[in-house]
Amino acid sequence: MSTTTVTTWAVDLKDVGAVYPFQGSEGLMVIVAVATWIGWHIWCNRWEKDYHQEKIRKYGDAENLKKALAAE
Amino acid sequence: MDNNLNALTTIFTEFYYWVTIPFMFLIHVGFCMYEVGASRRRNHMHTLMKNSMIIPLVTVTFYYFGWWIYWAFPNGPFITGGLELEAAAANTPWSQTMGTNLGDRITGVFWAAFLLFSWTAASIVSGSVIERINSGAFWILAVVIGSFAWIIDASWGWHYGGWMVKLLGYHDAYASGVIHAIAGGFALGVLVVLGPRLGKFAADGTPRDINPHNPWMVCVGLFVIYAGFWGFYVACNVPLISPEGIGGLVTGETWTATTIYLTPTTLSAITVNFLMSLSGGMLMAFIVSKGNAFWTYSGGLAGIITASAGNDLYHPIQAMLIGGVGTFIAYKMHFWVERKFKIDDAVGAVAVHGYAGFAGLVICGFMLWGHPSSVYEGYASINPIGQLAGAVIMFGVLGFLPGWAVAKILNAMGMLRIPKEVELLGLDFGTNQEEQAASDDVRNAEQALV
Repeated sequence: MSTTTVTTWAVDLKDVGAVYPFQGSEGLMVIVAVATWIGWHIWCNRWEKDYHQEKIRKYGDAENLKKALAAE
Repeated sequence: MDNNLNALTTIFTEFYYWVTIPFMFLIHVGFCMYEVGASRRRNHMHTLMKNSMIIPLVTVTFYYFGWWIYWAFPNGPFITGGLELEAAAANTPWSQTMGTNLGDRITGVFWAAFLLFSWTAASIVSGSVIERINSGAFWILAVVIGSFAWIIDASWGWHYGGWMVKLLGYHDAYASGVIHAIAGGFALGVLVVLGPRLGKFAADGTPRDINPHNPWMVCVGLFVIYAGFWGFYVACNVPLISPEGIGGLVTGETWTATTIYLTPTTLSAITVNFLMSLSGGMLMAFIVSKGNAFWTYSGGLAGIITASAGNDLYHPIQAMLIGGVGTFIAYKMHFWVERKFKIDDAVGAVAVHGYAGFAGLVICGFMLWGHPSSVYEGYASINPIGQLAGAVIMFGVLGFLPGWAVAKILNAMGMLRIPKEVELLGLDFGTNQEEQAASDDVRNAEQALV
């Protein structure tokens, strides 16, 4: 039993093509991968918005703004 | 690989493209150094991450759909034919040739070489928008340019069967337009919507200089980009092919290197022309900027970019002169557009890539007027009108318009620009404060032990 198409290397290599495991599941893998990519963008944009809001709440007063600009 | 010559050619080609990939990786390293050096201290870690995350995002999306677009869209579709579904089938993410496959040694490295071009296109845009764009919004824009817009233009004008090559005689051997003009146009489209950094322009509209926090790092970054550009040039060629393999009008038995259009050239010619156009750009930039280091280094890039469209055929002195002319145009245009339209292009990317690339395409139309654009019958020859139309398509239609439209949508959703307070504080301010507090806490704890 093998998860790949190869069970022995006693073969003529010209007859060997794809050798990755779980062949036949490519379509499913693509669906999962694309959903993960889109989900990443959604998560990232929400996280970044919250991140900025938190920084403004903690440091957005006039004193910190002056401190930041003075440090440049 | 049924005989020794076939095996040697295949393995050589596989290795040839592989070598270009780590070389082109240096382009990204250089862009990161250049951008971080150009940003102010309060922004540099966010600037680094904004550019670095291009790598995974454009990689996965180029795998999911970018590579398929290249092979499916050379006819438009519906300009010179329909979708090339048969040719594209081997390049879908579910194709067996896109995985580990002992029967196909070329698709993977060829994909990777194109991917590195994709990173470059997105990275060009990254520099121009530093210090005020939301990273999440930029990463959406990076996917649009890196895995969608540029690869459509490559399919149209950088493919041996592209409709622009067939109908317009479009010639752009080392990507003046297909990478640089499009990325510059895209950056300009985003900048129009994004607006300048706070404080960039005085109340009367006079631009102020926002100096890089580390000019040395900016210049070394540009130097590293030069190094990566070698890989870029080499990757644009097919290293070794027989007339039979080309299957066009070429007769005889003499094997050759070719451009992406399968038109014959030599690695030797493009190496000399690369260096001469780099030199022309640096020499001109030194004069017009009066020895400014940033612009002199950028001028080297602008010189190469301007001559790239025809560097498979130019004489080295022509390459040098064309590089100089393009650099002059890019420099003058940058400051004119900045003053006239209040465009804050933080690193001059629109000028160095966009205007120089556009100029390079137009110049190529005159320099190579009448030269065959293809080794196949029925193609238009290279001509000024075709090149001008190509430049407009690259910079305007596939560059500026998508950049502007997607930026507009992101802006309407409140996602494009960081809040004003964060821009003033600096993107790294909160993190720096927290890291400082953590360091102080550890130091206090250590001092308490004494």
